[in-house]
Amino acid sequence: MIRWLFAVLLTVLALPLAAQDSMPPAPYAYNQLADPRLEAEASALMHTLRCLKCQSQSIADSDAPMAGDMRHQVRARILAGESPEAIRRWLIARYGDYVSYEPEVSSTTWPLFAVPLLVILIVAGVLLRRLGKRRSDGDDAGAAA
Amino acid sequence: MIAEIGLAALWLAAALAVLQLVSGALTLRAGPGQTNPLAIYARPAAVVQAFLAVLAFLLLLRAFAVTDLSLKLVATNSHSMKPFIYKLTGTWGNHEGSMLLWVGVLAASGGMLAAFERRLPERTMAATLAVQGFVALGFYAFLLLSSNPFERLAVPAAEGNGLNPLLQDIGLAIHPPTLYAGYVGLSVAFSLAMGALLTREVNPAFARVMRPWVLGAWVLLTLGITAGSYWAYYELGWGGWWFWDPVENASLMPWLAATALMHSVSVLAARDALRTWTIMLGVLAFSMSMLGTFLVRSGVLTSVHAFAVDPERGAFILGLLGLYIGGALTIFALRAGAVAEGKRFAAASREGALVFNNVMLSAILAIVLLGTLYPLLTEAFDVRVSVGPPYFNPAGAIFAVPMLLVMAVGPLLRWKSDKPARIQFELALIAALVIGVIALVSFFGQFPLLPLLGLGLAAALGVAAFLPLRGRTLARVPVATWGMVIAHFGIAVSLFGMACEGAFSEERLAAVAPGGTEQIGDFAVTLEAVTPIAGPNWTAMEARLAVRQNGGEPVILTPQARSFWSPPQSTSESALLTKWNGQLYAVIGNQAEDGRWQVRVWWKPFVTFIWYGGLLIGLGGILSIVGRMRVDLKRRAASTMGAQRRADVEALGAAAPQPAE
Amino acid sequence: MRKLTLWLPLALFAFFAGLAAYMLTQEKDQFVESTMIGQPLPAFALDPAFDGLPGASRADFTGRPKLLNIWASWCLPCIAEAPQLEALQKQGVEIIGIAIRDKPADVAGFLARYGNPYARIGSDRISEVQLAIGSSGVPETFVIDGKGVIRYQHIGDIGAEDVPTLLAELEKAQ
Repeated sequence: MIRWLFAVLLTVLALPLAAQDSMPPAPYAYNQLADPRLEAEASALMHTLRCLKCQSQSIADSDAPMAGDMRHQVRARILAGESPEAIRRWLIARYGDYVSYEPEVSSTTWPLFAVPLLVILIVAGVLLRRLGKRRSDGDDAGAAA
Repeated sequence: MIAEIGLAALWLAAALAVLQLVSGALTLRAGPGQTNPLAIYARPAAVVQAFLAVLAFLLLLRAFAVTDLSLKLVATNSHSMKPFIYKLTGTWGNHEGSMLLWVGVLAASGGMLAAFERRLPERTMAATLAVQGFVALGFYAFLLLSSNPFERLAVPAAEGNGLNPLLQDIGLAIHPPTLYAGYVGLSVAFSLAMGALLTREVNPAFARVMRPWVLGAWVLLTLGITAGSYWAYYELGWGGWWFWDPVENASLMPWLAATALMHSVSVLAARDALRTWTIMLGVLAFSMSMLGTFLVRSGVLTSVHAFAVDPERGAFILGLLGLYIGGALTIFALRAGAVAEGKRFAAASREGALVFNNVMLSAILAIVLLGTLYPLLTEAFDVRVSVGPPYFNPAGAIFAVPMLLVMAVGPLLRWKSDKPARIQFELALIAALVIGVIALVSFFGQFPLLPLLGLGLAAALGVAAFLPLRGRTLARVPVATWGMVIAHFGIAVSLFGMACEGAFSEERLAAVAPGGTEQIGDFAVTLEAVTPIAGPNWTAMEARLAVRQNGGEPVILTPQARSFWSPPQSTSESALLTKWNGQLYAVIGNQAEDGRWQVRVWWKPFVTFIWYGGLLIGLGGILSIVGRMRVDLKRRAASTMGAQRRADVEALGAAAPQPAE
Repeated sequence: MRKLTLWLPLALFAFFAGLAAYMLTQEKDQFVESTMIGQPLPAFALDPAFDGLPGASRADFTGRPKLLNIWASWCLPCIAEAPQLEALQKQGVEIIGIAIRDKPADVAGFLARYGNPYARIGSDRISEVQLAIGSSGVPETFVIDGKGVIRYQHIGDIGAEDVPTLLAELEKAQ
């Protein structure tokens, strides 16, 4: 079921806006930055930003015109010397946590970080209980742990 | 008429599921020594039901093959001009058809279980069949009451609406049915686990019955996910192969649970340990496959590719989920306390390693589950968040890295208790490989941490996978052991592909005029021409790209930008140049106003290893099934022969001293 | 202790089932809302979208509260909301448009066919201003107060029933 019928909803969502604009894409929508180091920074950032139109893709994986415009913003700002984190914060200030695939610890996302810590504790607990004690006994089946 | 026969077959199958449930339950209620007159019907009901459900599916398949436009389902999802193969695969490219395929496979598995499985105590078998009937009944109700695939149109449609072009692809023809069959296999494992729990028969004999079903389901899930990932890779046009999308996670979670279950059930079969844990994982694996279906079809999660979204259907599936999983967990809570713990073992032992990795797999499952469902939780409070790769990758790695290390060592340990000192050479080798490869790769450049770790682990795991064969006569190694070795090696291969893709991929996006050349890695890519072409139900702009490696002979790649007309939609068909050490991935985009074309090219070293690894894992699973079955058959043959001989001896003994009349 | 842990899976599952059931009854919100409400408009200056009207800039949002309408000639719902925008304009509301990824000829053609409620239209060829104010599609309409602070966002086309809401929001922004 991976990605299949991906386009079903895409068509449904896009149909009201089916008319595509005929404008050429923004300069940096489909063109890379000349400096490979900056392009790598931009590319890493783009893979973690959510396309607003297509909902479940990063802007680096989407053909939607708006994703192209967002890629242009990212590359243009990186070229102007902004740091990737500053660009991410700029977008989060406009669209909320939704736009970033990289959740930050905040009042709404803390369980995402607390639960893995809890899982680590539980895992450690389970392993210690099951494996920690060296058991001298052999095949005494039937005894509850 | 055909469609009505199909519908009737479904109703009859549903009735038989009721009979199976009642008959199984009555057998269970009967006291020791008593037999209920209805008890004999459970097995035949399952077998006949299998024929009816499969018949219903075949009839729907026929309706799609001949494009019977008087059926609503065919009219909304097919088209007379579609290529024949995609008419057939379109049968399950929609909600109703795929649910019918699901119940078809479910009934077929139930039938096989009832017809061929003779090892379990009759009471356990009856309980299993009752649970199986109960599960099937829910899905029959779902089909018949809310998603009837055989619904007629009052007036036959003149032409169908066509199938989504993204689904008109051979990858999509294979991938969903494979996953469904895997899900269904887990439902049989679930029924068996409940049957054993209800009749207090959680023991190695039960584990040996359950193992082939779990292995089979796991193989199918592995292959289904592999196929789906490769399909997404070449069809979506941006070179990604895993996106941590809710729908993808929905298929990964049952796999994680099934992987844990498969190892746990092996421990139970071989060593009579981990009884409760195996039952829990049996329930969990089936829960995850139901949950996947719910997430994909209910539309509660924002996923672009949510499939056939309908809140009403979502409510129905949630109801079934509550009934089965809620019920199973209640029985588990009530009964599991009475299940004895099973045999004990030391931390440094084969079981110890398996328990460790079982716990790690469960932890990864918990992380994926949390990340997938968390947006659902916040949306209840009107807050929208996104959880994606930057969360799943590191959070998953916390548990995956120790798991992979233990996985390298585990098969070298002895059952029950072992001394780490005994395998110190192997331990040193594994540690040296991990550290050495990471140091070597870091020497050549700056790479992200996770791919780097992946490379080190892949190297160590690739070697460690074969260490269990050391010092053994290869010809005498059991087939099932080969299965394990190959599956573990497959994990290493897949991990290597993932790490290489993550660390060494190169990307080139450019606007190219015809005749222009772009360089990527060792390859020079020349755009020779762009020409319009037409297919059976689409038109396209096709680019001719001449690819020269290090100035050698050109290879022609022809990526297309396709426009389908029913339904109207465009797709980009990527063109792939596969080398032994990677793939060149090319896509053609739009034409700019100055006449240049958008060309996207990637060089992805060893990316194919991701899916080769998946295939190896599947192959390993198949070998394990074959190996176990052969051993079981031999054992059964031997015991029947033994019984025969004893009977003969008794008959002789009884006959000989009889005095003549 | 063990007794309790055995019930834990069921409790977790019940929590999920309850949540899922609740979410099934909720209307699915497909829109991404701007988190710029209450924030001042960022600085911008856009060229005229076609010859007939002046362009738009941050400096235009002074004095009375105004509507900022994000639209495009290629967007079908924009046609649906055209009469409502005209109605608002007739009631004295000043509407400043920003045309997204649009061509002058198309803008002129659209206005000739469906009416022109705008005082100014800026041309945003690369969705720059749209992204800067947290708008995620066309059409969207923002209420901007006299100090240039974003006060309200309406996502999607304006229906007849939305007109009073927008008027009230404009009133509140005074």
